[in-house]
This record gives sequence, C-alpha cells and structure tokens, in this order.
Amino acid sequence: MATDTALPTLVLIGHGMVGQRFLEGAAERGITDTHRVVVLCEEPRPAYDRVHLTSYFSGTTPEELSMTDMEFIERHGIELYVGDPAVVVDREARIVHARSGLKVAYDTVVLATGSYPFVPPVPGKDATGCFVYRTIEDLYAIEEYAKNNATVGAVVGGGLLGLEAAGALQGLGLATHIVEFAPRLMPVQVDEGGGAALLKTITGMGLDVHTGVGTQEIVVDAEGRVSGMKLSDGSELATGLVVFSAGVRPRDQLARDMGLAVGERGGITVDEQCRTSDPDVYAIGECALAADGRVYGLVAPGYEMALTAADAIASGTGLSSFTGADLSTKLKLLGVDVASFGDAHGASEGCLDVVYSDSRSGTYKKLVIGSEGELLGGILVGDAEAYGTLRALTGTVPPVAPESLVLPAGAGGPAQLGPDALPAEAVICSCHNVTKGEICEHTTLPEVKKCTKAGTGCGSCVKLIGQLLPKSGDDGLCGCFRHTRQELYEIVRVKRITSFARLLDEHGREEARGGEGCEVCKPTVGSVIASLAPSIGADGYVLEGEQAALQDTNDHFLANLQKNGSYSVVPRIPGGEITPEKLIVIGEVARDFGLYTKITGGQRIDLFGARVDQLPGIWARLVDAGFESGHAYGKALRTVKSCVGQTWCRYGVQDSVRMAIDLELRYRGLRSPHKLKSAVSGCARECAEAQSKDFGVIATAAGWNLYVGGNGGMTPRHADLLAQDLSDAELIRMIDRFLMFYIRTADRLERTSVWLERIEGGLDHVRDVVVHDSLGICDELEALMRDHVAHYRDEWSETINDPERLARFVSFVNAPDTPDPTVRFVPERDQIKPELPLIPLEGLAVR
Amino acid sequence: MTMAPIAPEKTTVMVQLGLEDGWLTVCELGRLTPGRGVAALLPDGRQAAVFLDRSGRVHAIDNTDPFTGASVLSRGLLGSQRGRPFVASPLLKQRFDLETGRCLDDDEVAVQAYTVRAA
Ligand code: SRM
Ligand SMILES: Cc1cc2nc3c(=O)[nH]c(=O)nc-3n(C[C@H](O)[C@H](O)[C@H](O)COP(=O)(O)OP(=O)(O)OC[C@H]3O[C@@H](n4cnc5c(N)ncnc54)[C@H](O)[C@@H]3O)c2cc1C
Ligand code: SF4
Ligand code: FES
Repeated sequence: MATDTALPTLVLIGHGMVGQRFLEGAAERGITDTHRVVVLCEEPRPAYDRVHLTSYFSGTTPEELSMTDMEFIERHGIELYVGDPAVVVDREARIVHARSGLKVAYDTVVLATGSYPFVPPVPGKDATGCFVYRTIEDLYAIEEYAKNNATVGAVVGGGLLGLEAAGALQGLGLATHIVEFAPRLMPVQVDEGGGAALLKTITGMGLDVHTGVGTQEIVVDAEGRVSGMKLSDGSELATGLVVFSAGVRPRDQLARDMGLAVGERGGITVDEQCRTSDPDVYAIGECALAADGRVYGLVAPGYEMALTAADAIASGTGLSSFTGADLSTKLKLLGVDVASFGDAHGASEGCLDVVYSDSRSGTYKKLVIGSEGELLGGILVGDAEAYGTLRALTGTVPPVAPESLVLPAGAGGPAQLGPDALPAEAVICSCHNVTKGEICEHTTLPEVKKCTKAGTGCGSCVKLIGQLLPKSGDDGLCGCFRHTRQELYEIVRVKRITSFARLLDEHGREEARGGEGCEVCKPTVGSVIASLAPSIGADGYVLEGEQAALQDTNDHFLANLQKNGSYSVVPRIPGGEITPEKLIVIGEVARDFGLYTKITGGQRIDLFGARVDQLPGIWARLVDAGFESGHAYGKALRTVKSCVGQTWCRYGVQDSVRMAIDLELRYRGLRSPHKLKSAVSGCARECAEAQSKDFGVIATAAGWNLYVGGNGGMTPRHADLLAQDLSDAELIRMIDRFLMFYIRTADRLERTSVWLERIEGGLDHVRDVVVHDSLGICDELEALMRDHVAHYRDEWSETINDPERLARFVSFVNAPDTPDPTVRFVPERDQIKPELPLIPLEGLAVR
Repeated sequence: MTMAPIAPEKTTVMVQLGLEDGWLTVCELGRLTPGRGVAALLPDGRQAAVFLDRSGRVHAIDNTDPFTGASVLSRGLLGSQRGRPFVASPLLKQRFDLETGRCLDDDEVAVQAYTVRAA
C-alpha cells in the first residue's frame, strides 16, 4: 500500500487485459509497496475480458466481462484513472501528461496500449454504418445500428475475429457475408484442408463466404450511409452495415512521439526483459515487438510479457525473459471448434503430416510429426476434443501411434488418449503456463483458478483441468443434503415427511441442520413433496403453509419472472385448440392490461409485462372465461402439442387433437424433476414433432406408438420408441407408469432425455420396468398417478378466491396500492417492451 | 443487518427499518413468511427487501438486484451457508449475505444493508 509521493512512481499506460495482468504481477512482487502506481485507462471502463467480447451478444453483461477487482486496486493503493488516456510522455522532464490535464512525474513507464483494428484504405470506409470490432463500445454501436438500419451485414476479413464478428451479426438477425482476401478462411491458423472443412460448416450455417476477393469500395447512399460493397471480382454486394476485421496494428504512436525505437512494420521494440530503447520504459502486450521480432496478437504471450516486465522492475535484473511464445489457440467460432498448436503449418525440417479429413461432417485433423516421431503441432477443425491433450504432448513422442490420435473412436482409432497419460510437466494452461503437476496439487476448479490462475485466460483448458481433478465423491444435492434427489424422494415417500424443515433437521448435513436450506434444495424438496402430496398427506396446493417458502419466485407468484421484474402469464390451451371466444378474451385481457402478446413455441399464447399486483386481476378475468394455469412457471407438464389430425387432415389416421387434450388434462399440474413436454401427431408425417418430446405419441392405423426421452433445447435428442400400436387405455397406462418412474428416479433438473441416457440399463431397463413390470412397482406407479389426477386443482382459481393468498400480490408491503415505479415499458412494433434500468458501474471511482 | 431473535407469533409486533432520519414502520411482523421476503417503498423512492428467517430474525437489504437493475431481491429464496442467511436473486441467482449485503458470488458487488427491528 503506497500513496506516499516520496516513493518512486510507476505509470502504467493502458489498462487492457495485459495491463491488468501486469498490475497483479506487480502486486505479487511487492512493486505496489515500493512504488506509487498510477494507471491511465483510455476506455470508459477498467480492464475487461476482450477475448470473450463476443459473449456480450449471448447475454454476458459488460460487468460480467470485467477483469478488475476494485477491491484489489484499492488494497494496493493503485491510482486508476478511467477514461483518461496519456497524450504526451515527456521523457526529458520525465512527466506523463493525461488528456484531463493530469501530470504525473514518473520513474518508470509501462506501455500496454494494445492494438487498433486495421481499416484498409478503401473509399467510403468512414461512412455511417462502418464499424470495427475491438471494444465494448464498438459492440454497443453495432448492436444499435443493426437494430434500426440494416438487414444485411458484411464483415471484411475472414480471420479469427472476422468470424466472431460474423457470428455476432448473424446473431443480431442480419443476413451475413464474409469477404476474405486470402483463398481460405482463417489463413493464419489453418491450412487449406482445415479451411475447406471450416468453409463447409460455416456456409452450412447460412453465412455467405466470399474468399479470394478484396473489398474495393464501400458504396454509400444519399444520406452517407452504407448501402453496398464493390468487390475486386467486379461484383457488388448489397449491405447496410460493414464491420472491418482485417487485422490489428500495434498502438505505437505514443512511443513514436516519445522517440522510442519501433519496428519497420510497427510495434515498440523491446528486449528480452520487455525494456524499450529507454531502459526506464517497458512495453508489453500487443503493442510490443518482442525480442524474437514478432508482435503477438494473443493474450497468453501478453501475460508472459507482463510478468517478465514485473520481474525486471522488481529485481532490477532479468529474472525471467520473454523470447517468444507458442501461438496455440482453440476457439469455438460460430459453434465450430477450431484449434491449432505448435508448428501447425509444418515449417520444421523433415516433418510429416498425419491427416484425417471427413468433409461430410466438416471435420479435419492434422498432426505434424517430427523426424524422431515427436509431435510438433497440429490443426483441428470441427472436433477439437483432443486439443488439450495434444497441446500438452507437443514436443514429446506420443505414447501411441499418431494416426490413432486423429482417427475418430470406432474408425480404427483406439480410445482417445486420456489426460492420465500426460507427464507432470505437460503444460495444461498455456495462457498462464501452468503444468499438470501444479494443477494436481489442488482438488477443486475454483481452487486451481485462484492459486494458479489456470483456466482464467481463454478458458480452453478448463475441461482438461476438470478431468485432472479428483472426483469429489460427494454427489449430494447441495451444501445442505448429502442425498441425491432420488434418495430424498424415497425418504419423503417412506417416512411421509411433509415439511422441508423436518427433512432438513433430520436428514440434512450436520452443519446445515436448523438452517434455512438453500436455493437449490428448497424448490427440489418442494417439488418432491408436491408430486407425492396425495399419498403422504401433504396439501397439494403449492403455496400452502411452509410450501410457499420453498418455491422459486415463478411458482411463488404462479407466473414467469421477466428481466425487468414484471411477469408473464400463460393460460393453458390444451392441445393448442382454442375457441374464437376464448381467443377474444385473451385479446381483451391483454389490451385492457396493456400486455405484450406472443404465440409461444408451445402452441399457446404468452402475455408479458404484468406487474405482480396486476396478476390477480388478470387471472380473475381469465378464470372467469374458463382458463386455468398453464404452469409455464413450474417444473411440471407444460404443453401437449397436437397436429390437426384425422378430423381434417387427409393423411391422419387417429384423432390426435382429442388425444393431446386428454393427455394434457390428465397430467396438468404434475410436479416433476424438470419440465415435461409432449405432443401427439396424427400420422407418421409427424407434424406435431412428437419425437422431440419427453413423451410423444404418433398415430398408427392400429393405435398409437409411444416415444420417450425426446428433447429439443440445448442438446436435442430424438425420442426412443417405447411401445407400439397401443390402444387409448394402454397408451395412458404406459405414460402413467413412465412418468411416475421418471419422477421417482431422476435427478434434480434432469430431463427425461438425460435420465434415459444416465439410468443403468437405459431404454431397455425402463422398458422392462414400465412395460414388463420387472420391478413389480407398476401398480404403485399407477396408483400415484390416479392420486394426482383425482387431487388436481387449478392453482389460480384457488388463489384468486382466497384473500389471504392474494395478500402477497402487491409491489410493496407498506404501500399496497402503489405500483412498482421501476417496472417501465417503451413501445416497440405496436406493443410494449421492458425499459431496462441502466446499471451503474459499481465502485468505478475515478480518482 | 440483523437483530436479536423475537417470537414471530406476536402479530402486533411491527417491523421497522432504520433510516437516516429515524425508524420507518414497514408492516406487521405477521405479514412476513419465514424463509421469504417482501418489498417496502422508502420515502425517498428507494426500495428495501425485508426478510424473516426460520429462527425469527428480520433482515433488510436494498431491493435492487445490481446484476440486472430490476427491483426483485425481495422475491428471492432465502438460504443459509455456515449459519449466515442469504437471499438468492430470482433472476440470475447470485446470492447476497443478508447481514452485510455483500454478494457471495462476486466480491466486487454489494447492496446496501439496512438496520431493521421488530418492535
Ligand atoms: C415462451 C417460450 C418462448 C416463446 O416465446 O415461444 C419459452 C420461454 C422460455 N423458455 Fe423455453 N420457451 C418456450 C418453448 C420452448 C420449446 C418449444 C416447445 O416446447 O415445443 C423448447 C424446446 C423443446 C424442449 O424443451 O425440449 C424450449 C426449450 C427451453 C429450454 C431448454 C430445455 C432443454 O432441455 O435443453 C430452457 C432452459 C431450461 O428449461 O433449463 C427453456 C427455458 C425457458 C424460459 C423459462 C427461460 C427463463 O428462465 O426465463 C423462458 C421463460 C418463459 C416465460 O417467461 O414465459 N426453454 N422452450 C415458449 C413457451 C412454450 C409454452 O407455451 O409453454
Ligand atoms: C473479439 C476479440 C476476440 C479475441 N479472442 C482471442 C482469443 O480467443 N485468444 C487470444 O489469445 N486472444 C484473443 N483476442 C486478442 C486479445 O484480446 C488481445 O491479445 C489482448 O486483449 C491484448 O491485451 P493488451 O492489454 O495488450 O491490449 P488491450 O486489451 O487492447 O488493451 C490496451 C488498452 O490500452 C488502452 N490505451 C491505448 N492507448 C492508450 C493511452 N495513450 N493511454 C491510456 N490507455 C491507452 C486501450 O484503450 C486499451 O483499453 C481477441 C480480441 C478480440 C477483439
Ligand atoms: S401429422 Fe399427419 S395427420 Fe397430422 S397434420 Fe401432419 S400429415 Fe396431417
Ligand atoms: S489455456 Fe487459456 S485459460 Fe488455460
């Protein structure tokens, strides 16, 4: 801790990823105790994770991207000036001048100014609608412009960043082009074969790739906005937005102005200790031209330079040196794994390639093997599972034949080489240079990250680290229970426990007894008690007594919480069939309460934007019109979709709509480990997509086929056929048993698809139990379902008829009539959307 | 902030928040469900989330979830870790210590904790 001005002053110019790593290294080496440390940060926010910039478009907030712990900054007495770049460094007077007028007399300067995106000098490059891709502000600008002004976007540059930018544009809903001058995508990382595999997959995703052509001109309309692009092959491309991603250049202007030596093609010249031509000035990261004559555009070498400079400043001598780095990368670009490591292009003398290529699946793998049989490097496209292991093996002779390392399992390749085979000195995390031996000193991932920093850079090693750590041996539900969900289900069932508190106090972990439980076990136990309610003598109403305190907010308010604190309302529309009268009621309710309406993917209608205090009024109207809860908020049956079926369709062989309605009404309100979805199709054409459902039914001439374990969502899975040509009664009996067996034995938040894959014996076992009653429990399972059906009550009509239950539906306990003023909306496409509060950057004090 | 245990049965007991200029009465203690929270509107327009834990202690922190900006912390689930009560935001599930307001999942983030009493 040092703010004493008598101490020598170190000024860090640039607070990017490398600058921040330097500060951490400096603190570790005591430099913050022996120096006054001043940081000038040009961007409006302290250092953040640029590598994961693109995750902003998938919902990661700028706050989550932050790499700066303000507590760390304060604890070490670092003076951080945000939004205040250095403009002049006067080496004679030894003073750094910042844009705000701040002057800092220095003893040592560290330049970590990074790079800037290179924009080729084509006419029109400055038009409105042209962007670069480097900072959070760039992304804000692209997002904003894309929303209102463009339906087509083009990215200039098909390298790593270009592909990321293209993915982002596509994610924003733009038809996207990639224009790359080189004859293949990612020319730096991959070779021709890899480029071809990548091209195939990326074109398959609907992106338009133009390789081997240059951008000649940005075409601009009368208002000065981008309207198109002229290419070197004479063609023209219509586009409303252009992102330049044609490489980066080191930001060395400040250094040039200071009179420091810079490279011919840019970059601040440094020696092996990262010293510039002035021994009191260091340069690290992307702005530096390293002693090996290269500028490194990756974060790992930058981190190494940061620590090298910190070593040199702390000791005054070269404790460590930076003489170059490995350019290994693994990326997931547009969902495609791309990795290259070591001597990927086979530049070493006498080396040989081992290549596996499958253009159908877009997989390409190449290993470069040296004359002694040692692994020198490689390229993996489409399947980079083995990246961590292979990278760690680089430089050694692999313990198995190289071809078996690239062949897919089952195609003559023996099982993949596991992490066990790696030597202790194998580098697992190349961002932070951490070996297997160092990682194996720890037992949990958070501990590894904290103590070694491994896994906190690009993140590509995290999976391998996970495989190296010991299995915890504790598969308890959470910190409160040592039991799994299935075990708790059995305890609740056998001991007829109807209270969470009792379960926790009698069966919880020692240290958790008498406590509150947690956000994991409370809803899980709530759901178990609810699904067993009739048979253990508990109240089936999910908000009764103690049950109310167990439910997630969605179940607590019987509605779905949305991002601004408002709720959405989903009335049940069994089988997706609805009368015009009911449609009109939904329309009227939405209009009268000012709600946003949308047809869901589940064949029903969602009404968004209700404040908590409006829910009872909305439901009073809906219940009155004969609607009931659709349980969109619950881990419960969602929808049973239907196709129009035999009644209207010329192909239909059974009445699929009626069956869907019957099933939906039978299983509505059933609480389960995860949500349950179903569908019924009237013939094998499968218009209701039943094979993607937890239980799906397809009509046959003789009855119904029952499929189970299907899933859409993140990991789609086709359902498996459980039984064929069932009558109506047989079908329902089979589903009763199947669902109750699943509820009894599944883990928390385990969909039927995952459960079916995990459970010992898989589908065959489930068929034995459910169809052939091999465990002799089918009577019991059926009885449980009969209880459920007999005791079903609509949660919403119970709620609106009970003043005590209604009392909770207020925004404020001390002002029941005041609506929450923070829930606000703005218009969009003739409806409303949430107006989101601006989140202040907590603790961003500019000193 | 926390105060000594009191018996939740006495429904005439009022829950009060300590503000800069005195005590603000929020509601009867009986309105609180153990293990859950309610929101209270403060005179200056801020919002507090007030909770009752299983052992009958009352806690209060700011109602605004710093990760999303939505006023929803009162609707999160209560839990405890090594005897200390916390609330998990209903939106993205970050946990906040009810006594200090500190976020247990991100050292950099905290919400204001209020003094609260039942009298
Ligand atoms: C509203 C809706 C989107 C829409 O506008 O169409 C929707 C909205 C949500 N879905 Fe969905 N899903 C909706 C249909 C689907 C479908 C399509 C379907 O059901 O046929 C799927 C794929 C099918 C499937 O589940 O297998 C789907 C797969 C998911 C998943 C991924 C599940 C998985 O197993 O991978 C999640 C995440 C989860 O549950 O963990 C999810 C989660 C969510 C959540 C609950 C996310 C959240 O926590 O806020 C959304 C809140 C609903 C709300 O606030 O009302 N939603 N979601 C659809 C409501 C259907 C309905 O009427 O109930
Ligand atoms: C979208 C994207 C994806 C990427 N993906 C990967 C990846 O997967 N793997 C990988 O290894 N690398 C990746 N990179 C590259 C990686 O982000 C950089 O290597 C890394 O950020 C370099 O750190 P740095 O500190 O040298 O530069 P930067 O992080 O750019 O920081 C430099 C900072 O200095 C500031 N600055 C400049 N001049 C001044 C001045 N005069 N005064 C004050 N401040 C100044 C700048 O505003 C900037 O904030 C990616 C980059 C981007 C943009
Ligand atoms: S699944 Fe068959 S019956 Fe149903 S709509 Fe399609 S073709 Fe017609
Ligand atoms: S290799 Fe990048 S974080 Fe480990």
